[in-house]
Amino acid sequence: MNSTTVSTGTEETTWGGGNRPLKASYGKMMMWFFIVSDALTFSGFLAAYGFSRFKFIDYWPIADEVFTHVPFLHGQELPMIYVAFMTFVLIMSSVTMVLAVDAGHQMKKTKVIWYMFFTIIGGAIFVGSQAWEWATFIQGDYGAVQTKGGNILQFGTYKTIGGEDVFKRVSVEEFAVAAYTDRTQHESKTGVWFTSEGSLPTYTVNDVYKGLESNPNILVRTQTINAEGEKTVLSREESLRQLKTNGKRYVKGANLEANEYGAPLFADFFFFITGFHGFHVLSGVVINIIIFFNVIIGTYERRKNYEMVEKVGLYWHFVDLVWVFVFTFFYLV
Amino acid sequence: MAEHAHKLEIFRGLIKFKSNTQKIWGVLLLLSVITAVEVVLGIYKPDILMVPSIQAFEGGLGATLLNIILSPFIYTKSLNLIFIVLTVVKAYYITWDFMHMRDETKSLRRLVVWTAVFLICYLVFILLQEGGYIESVYTEGFIKRDF
Repeated sequence: MNSTTVSTGTEETTWGGGNRPLKASYGKMMMWFFIVSDALTFSGFLAAYGFSRFKFIDYWPIADEVFTHVPFLHGQELPMIYVAFMTFVLIMSSVTMVLAVDAGHQMKKTKVIWYMFFTIIGGAIFVGSQAWEWATFIQGDYGAVQTKGGNILQFGTYKTIGGEDVFKRVSVEEFAVAAYTDRTQHESKTGVWFTSEGSLPTYTVNDVYKGLESNPNILVRTQTINAEGEKTVLSREESLRQLKTNGKRYVKGANLEANEYGAPLFADFFFFITGFHGFHVLSGVVINIIIFFNVIIGTYERRKNYEMVEKVGLYWHFVDLVWVFVFTFFYLV
Repeated sequence: MAEHAHKLEIFRGLIKFKSNTQKIWGVLLLLSVITAVEVVLGIYKPDILMVPSIQAFEGGLGATLLNIILSPFIYTKSLNLIFIVLTVVKAYYITWDFMHMRDETKSLRRLVVWTAVFLICYLVFILLQEGGYIESVYTEGFIKRDF
């Protein structure tokens, strides 16, 4: 029962730790307390996300228009599919973890080793998927123009699909034309040595405007969500006027300061919440690997109990639990 | 650890399992089905679920009270409400069966769950309330956003 290796001979008396409140071992109870505090941290993030979203309730990006990519299926719009796959991988690795705990209770070392191994593989697939998701999100695919007020103008055209007019996004790269520009990158060699700026956006607003002018079927879509729950598409004249008077710079992909999907806070929260969760998964994988090797070298076999597997198991399930909430509040709702 | 007995029934005894392993696979099946339902609803977004199920009541203190009591049905789209309920159901089974909360003492269970649930509800209520208020200032307070 006792997992400590050092024995003082007083374990059974109350002051020696013989008293087990709540009939749980010290380690397990402390893991539960850690989980409660970590759950509060995550709910702080998710509640802050909710706060910002309620603040911009009519302007927030629609998640299943943003996360439409699946690896190896290029150019297809498959909203949710990949995130659902990731969710399933994580739940599956939770299952192998709980099977490992169960095998530990029965003192079956080989089974524990195999189940721990599958758990680690599942965790690695999840972290890898998340890295891919980040890369796709940062890279972006259509590009957009940010206005002086910080709003995002996206571009697209109506296509008839199955007898219905559907608004389909068009990449800025497909229609922007090089217009005359006298804007050059400011380098430190051309001015005072301590001032310089990063690389200029690929297109100026003027390039995009000229391109929009020469493509009469392309329209601007704003961030505003209309009564049908879709983003508002402007008329042709309004599109040109909006871009001409308000356009400030071309944005592609996402960073912490601006993104092509909508409010900058959207990308910030995406990076922060999924990043913090991904970091948990990563540390979970590392801890699992440590325990995995401990099982192999027989540490718990000698201790005659596998409670350590149970404790990391609790952490691992907690990571899964958090993802269930992130999945709902970031991707579904 | 032979004394480690697991409670092997879910749905208040409606479904009983023969072994702990069997219960784990049963719970996996349940969680997968719930996730699949969520994804399908999220992709197709049926029109009837895209609006709240009850309209807000008008007039009087009684109406205000009803609006508060029934607020999940009045101010949340049915689809989002379904998502939230399904998420809580999933969280319940992960905690109870994967994390073996079902087998812990009642006091440990309450210690962990009630603390977290109370604090989270409190925080979410405050922040969402405040977010909604700021939104109303943005839309009604002569603040220009479209430029």
